[in-house]
Amino acid sequence: MFRRLHELSATVTVFLDDAPLCVAAGETVAAALLIAGVPVFHAAPRYGSPRGPHCMIGNCYDCLVEIDGMPYRQACLTIVADGMRIHRMTEHEASS
Amino acid sequence: MSRMSCDLAIIGGGPSGMAAAVQGAALGLDTILLDEQPAPGGQIYRGIEAVQRARADDLRILGEDYEEGAGLVAAFRDSGAAYEPGSVVWQAVEDGRIGISHGGAARILIAQRILIATGAMERPVPIPGWTLPGVMAAGAAQTLLKANGMVPDTPVVVVGAGPLLYLVATQLARAGVTIAAVLLTGPDIGMSDALKVPGALRAGRTLLKGLAWRNELRGMGVPMIHGVSQPVIEGKAQAEAVSYTVGGTRHRVPAGLVLLHNGIIPNTQLSLGARCKQAWDPGQHCWRPETNEWGATNHARIAVAGDGAGILGARAAACLGRMAALDAAVRLGKLDPAQRDRMASADRAQLATQQSLRGVLDRLFPPAGELLVPIGPEDVVCRCEEVTVAELLDAVAQGCTEANRVKAFTRCGMGPCQGRVCGPIAAEVIARALGQGADRSGQFRVRLPVRPVPLAELAELQS
Repeated sequence: MFRRLHELSATVTVFLDDAPLCVAAGETVAAALLIAGVPVFHAAPRYGSPRGPHCMIGNCYDCLVEIDGMPYRQACLTIVADGMRIHRMTEHEASS
Repeated sequence: MSRMSCDLAIIGGGPSGMAAAVQGAALGLDTILLDEQPAPGGQIYRGIEAVQRARADDLRILGEDYEEGAGLVAAFRDSGAAYEPGSVVWQAVEDGRIGISHGGAARILIAQRILIATGAMERPVPIPGWTLPGVMAAGAAQTLLKANGMVPDTPVVVVGAGPLLYLVATQLARAGVTIAAVLLTGPDIGMSDALKVPGALRAGRTLLKGLAWRNELRGMGVPMIHGVSQPVIEGKAQAEAVSYTVGGTRHRVPAGLVLLHNGIIPNTQLSLGARCKQAWDPGQHCWRPETNEWGATNHARIAVAGDGAGILGARAAACLGRMAALDAAVRLGKLDPAQRDRMASADRAQLATQQSLRGVLDRLFPPAGELLVPIGPEDVVCRCEEVTVAELLDAVAQGCTEANRVKAFTRCGMGPCQGRVCGPIAAEVIARALGQGADRSGQFRVRLPVRPVPLAELAELQS
């Protein structure tokens, strides 16, 4: 969905759903996943509709992912770190 | 060791927060600026230092208004004010306590004065299909460009109203992005139309800039379609196209990314959470905290400055930030009111100019009424809880006439975003059902913490 205007300089490796992913140091998890071509970050809890980043500034909570074992983290407000383990929350957990 | 107290705590590192920090530190106030982002600038000047350092080519794309932020960021870096980037503020309380989460640890900072400078957010655009992946707020594309040097690599359709749409489309087109269409609900406004608005002559330079964006888009061959109605985003798992009506005919344009915009509104989450009184702004069709010209609220320790107190733009935000810092110094006994007034004279003059400019823009680009409220019964109001128009209308039919009542009946606004996004939409749906103004629907109450904080952090709270 996106491309970079510039060559990457410094990179770190994160794990997306257990697969290694080389990303730019200092960027947000949301930016890293979008540039990797990941449109769906989680499933809305009621009917399981797919959701991805919408506002990118911390208001919409549609970029929620699990980061290092902690669920419901805002990917657009979290900076990547080497070895970070990211899991998309796309399993439908509807209870209502 | 993290700081536990200060004279002036500023929340937000955009133009108002940075200007307040520079002024506060210069007046000898023990000043701390807390910001969620890793670098100063706010959303308007997001990533400006990195762009200047490593991506100077992008300045041509982003334009001179963006570059203007560099001076303020440099002044802030040199100010001597303490700076805590990467800090998530989850509460601000009238007694001066600020709840902060930073690097996996939470703490309470006690401030003699709190300045909320959390800026604006985009007004939600709840058209059918707006929850699909591949649909973003127009500002989100700007954020990716500023912060990451990233642009869409798929045809983009931009939908909505407001001057920012022209700017975003222009920036993306300059970067080589294919803009399949810019779909605008409003009419095509030329200089002669603009000049009919009272005060427009004084806003001449601003208006010329807006027209220049439009002409640049035309020059690059970007299709701009005005007078669009009933836009619908099509797609199953992801946005695939936008269909719309113009001139009585339905059209469809394929899109890999859809960008929505209908103006910006104050981000009131922290001021609401602190129980600062709010007022309805009929001109900008939104709520904002009640403030005096120094940003003071009904709480003696809390002030609000910048777009978070009413949309006036980045230049006005800097003026208001400095004025709030001057007033903080008066309240802390470091300055007398006469000195404050003298020191604020240039900012007051600049502010008056910006207010007059904004008045012209507000009259030329009112929010598109059709984009404020979804119509179809199955249209989604609350993205988090997937609550539909039909469910809200059912609650209204059962006698819920106020937003918080509707929230309790439907769960609209009870998801992770706490109604940040659906609040204005729910108010419109209720108002339309009852045949009254959106201000009569009230505002969702905000529960602290305003951002989620892991229980483990609260359990080890340092205070």
